[in-house]
Amino acid sequence: MLTSYKSPIRLAAVAAIAVASTFGMTAQATDITGAGSSFVYPVVSKWSAAYAEKTGNHVNYQSIGSGGGIAQIKAGTVDFGASDMPLDEATLDKFGLGQFPDVIGGIVPAFNVEGIAAGKMVLDGKTLADIYLGKITKWNDPAIRALNPELKLPAANITVVHRSDGSGTTFNFSDYLSKVSPEWKTKVGEGTAVQWPVGIGGKGNEGVSAYIKQIKDSIGYVEYAYALQNHIGYAVMKNAAGNVVAPTIATFQAAADTADWKHSKNFNLVMTNAPGAKAWPITATSWVIMYKKPKNVTNSKVAFDFFKWAYTHGQAQARSLDYVPLPPSLVQQIENYWKTEYKM
Amino acid sequence: MQVPSTEPLARNIDARSRADALHDRIFRRTLKFCALLVLAALVGAALSTLWGGREVLFGHGLHFLSSTAWNPVEDDYGALAPIFGTLVTSLIALVLAVPVSFGIALFLTEIAPAWLRGPVGAAIELLAGIPSIIYGMWGLFVFVPFMSRIEPALSATLGKIPLVGKLFQGPPLGLGLLTAGIVLAVMILPFISSVMREVFQTVPTRLKESAYALGSTTWEVLWDIVLPYTRSAVIGGIFLGLGRALGETMAVTFVLGNSYNITSSLLMPGTTISSSIANEFNEAVGTHRSALIALGFLLFVVTFIVLLIARLMLRQLAKREGR
Repeated sequence: MLTSYKSPIRLAAVAAIAVASTFGMTAQATDITGAGSSFVYPVVSKWSAAYAEKTGNHVNYQSIGSGGGIAQIKAGTVDFGASDMPLDEATLDKFGLGQFPDVIGGIVPAFNVEGIAAGKMVLDGKTLADIYLGKITKWNDPAIRALNPELKLPAANITVVHRSDGSGTTFNFSDYLSKVSPEWKTKVGEGTAVQWPVGIGGKGNEGVSAYIKQIKDSIGYVEYAYALQNHIGYAVMKNAAGNVVAPTIATFQAAADTADWKHSKNFNLVMTNAPGAKAWPITATSWVIMYKKPKNVTNSKVAFDFFKWAYTHGQAQARSLDYVPLPPSLVQQIENYWKTEYKM
Repeated sequence: MQVPSTEPLARNIDARSRADALHDRIFRRTLKFCALLVLAALVGAALSTLWGGREVLFGHGLHFLSSTAWNPVEDDYGALAPIFGTLVTSLIALVLAVPVSFGIALFLTEIAPAWLRGPVGAAIELLAGIPSIIYGMWGLFVFVPFMSRIEPALSATLGKIPLVGKLFQGPPLGLGLLTAGIVLAVMILPFISSVMREVFQTVPTRLKESAYALGSTTWEVLWDIVLPYTRSAVIGGIFLGLGRALGETMAVTFVLGNSYNITSSLLMPGTTISSSIANEFNEAVGTHRSALIALGFLLFVVTFIVLLIARLMLRQLAKREGR
C-alpha cells in the first residue's frame, strides 16, 4: 500500500478522491449537535433516529443537564441547547440567543397509600405545598379529608419524597408550589434544587419512583411517564380554575394552550398553574436555545428543520414515550417567532 | 595463566562504570518522576478544588463550615450536614467491618482447613471487585425493604436503652445513616480483610508454635502474638477501608435518603459530601457549583485529618512498645 503513494501523481489522485468524498458527505448530510436537559433526551433521540432516516441529517443530542446545555450553547460548542428553565431577557440579549418550547410533559404527585388506587385521591396546590412544608404530617389531616370525603385515609405519617439531584422536574414543581402558596414562595422558593423543609431525596425520576414504591404512606412527584410505567398511584389535582382534572394528554395540552404565551417575550413563561378549565396544573416544557445569528448557518437551518419536522411528524413518537406534542396554536406562535427573531 | 594487558580492561571497566552510573541516574530520575507525579496529581487536585470553590470558601468563610443550611435558591450553603453524614456513615461502617474482617482473616490464616482457604479468599477478593453502583442497587431494592421491616424491632429494643436509645428511634423508612453505614461496611470488608489476611500470613510460624508450646490457647496466640506482630499493617488496612468509606459515592446516594440534616437518630436520612456532589453537580451553576467544589476540597481536608490521626496513633503505639 505504502509504495503506491510514492508516485506523486497517484498521491494527488488519492488526495483528490479523499477531498471529494469529504465534500460529498457534507453535501448529503449534516451532523448537528445539541446538549442539555435530560427531560427531553428520550424523545429527542427518538426523533433524531426517525429524522435521520428521512433526511440523512443526524442530530446528536447529549443529555448533560440543563445547566450544562446552557453553558455549552453560551460557549458556542453546540448548535442548540435545551433547558428545563427558560433564560431571562437579559441573558438572551447578552448572548444573542433566542428560545422556544419543544415538547410538553406532565408532573404528577404520586403516592403509596394502602387501599387508594391511582387517580382516586384529590389534592390541590395549597394542600400539596403544606405537605411539602411539613405542616400536614398525617394522611387523615382535615385538609386532605375535605378534598376526599369518600376515601378512607389512614392516620399514618406522611413520608415526603423529593428529588435529590437538580432537575427541571423540581423546578416546575417548586414553581407551581410558589404560585399557589405564598408561604412556600417566601420560605423555599423555586429552582432546580431547593432547600426542602422535610423529606428524603431520590436521585432521578427512577430514584423517587423506587422510594415511593418501597416506602408506605409516602408521597412524591415524578414525570407522568414514570408513574405509569412503575404503576404508582398518582393524585388528581384541583386546578387554577377550580376543576378537578386527571393527568392526561388532553389536560397537558390544555395547559399549554391556555398559558399566556402571547404576553411572554421569548416564551419566557413557566406554564404551571395554567388558567384553562381543563388545564393540568403541573405541566412543564423545556426550551430549545439557539443563536439568533449563528456562526454555522447550515447547521442552524438543519436544527430548525428538525424541530419543524418534530412538531408536525414527531407527534406519534412523543406520545409513545408519554410526552405531549405542542398544541397547534403554540406551534404557530413558534413559527412566527422564528420568522421575526431568527434572521438567516 | 596468561595475564592480558590490564590497560584496555581498565578502560573497559571505566567505560562500563560510567555507563552504569548514567543508567543508574536515569533509573533513579524515572523513579523520582513517578513518585513526584503522584504528589503533583494530589496537589493539583487539591489546588484546583480550592480554586473552584474559592467563591464559597473565601466568600462565605466560616459560615460555610458551621452552617447547616443548604439553599440553592438563596445561594446560602453550609457544609456541616454533609460532613456529619460522611463521618457518621464511615464510622458505622468501620465499627461493623473491622471485627468481621478480623474474624475472616484469622479464620482463613489460622483455623480454616487448607482446602477452604482458597475459595473463601477468592470470594472476598471478588467482593472487592463489585462496582459500587451494584451495591447501591442491591441496597435500594433488597436491603432497604429488609431494613424497613426490622427497623421497628430495632426501635422497640435498642431504642429503649437510655442514652444509646436515641440512635435507634425514628420512622422505619429503611433508608438512612444506619443502612448506608451497613452497605458501606460490606463494601470495605474485602479491603480490610484481605490486608489483614496478607499480614497475618507473615507472622513467623516459630513465634506461634512457641506460644502454643507454652500452652497458649488459639485465642491467646492470636491476641498476644499475631496481632501485636502485625499491628501497624492492620491499622493501615483499616484506614485503607476508611478512606474508601469516606469517599464512596453511588452506593451511599442510593440508600442514604439525601437530605441535608443532622439528627441524633441513625434511622433518619442524611447526606454525605460525595453524594451531595454526585447528586447536584449536573444542574449546578455559579455559586452552587462553587459550593459543591468547595465540598470536594473539604473531603480532601477530612481525609487528610483522618490519615493524620492514623499516623499519630501508629506513633503512639510504636512508642508504647518502646521501639
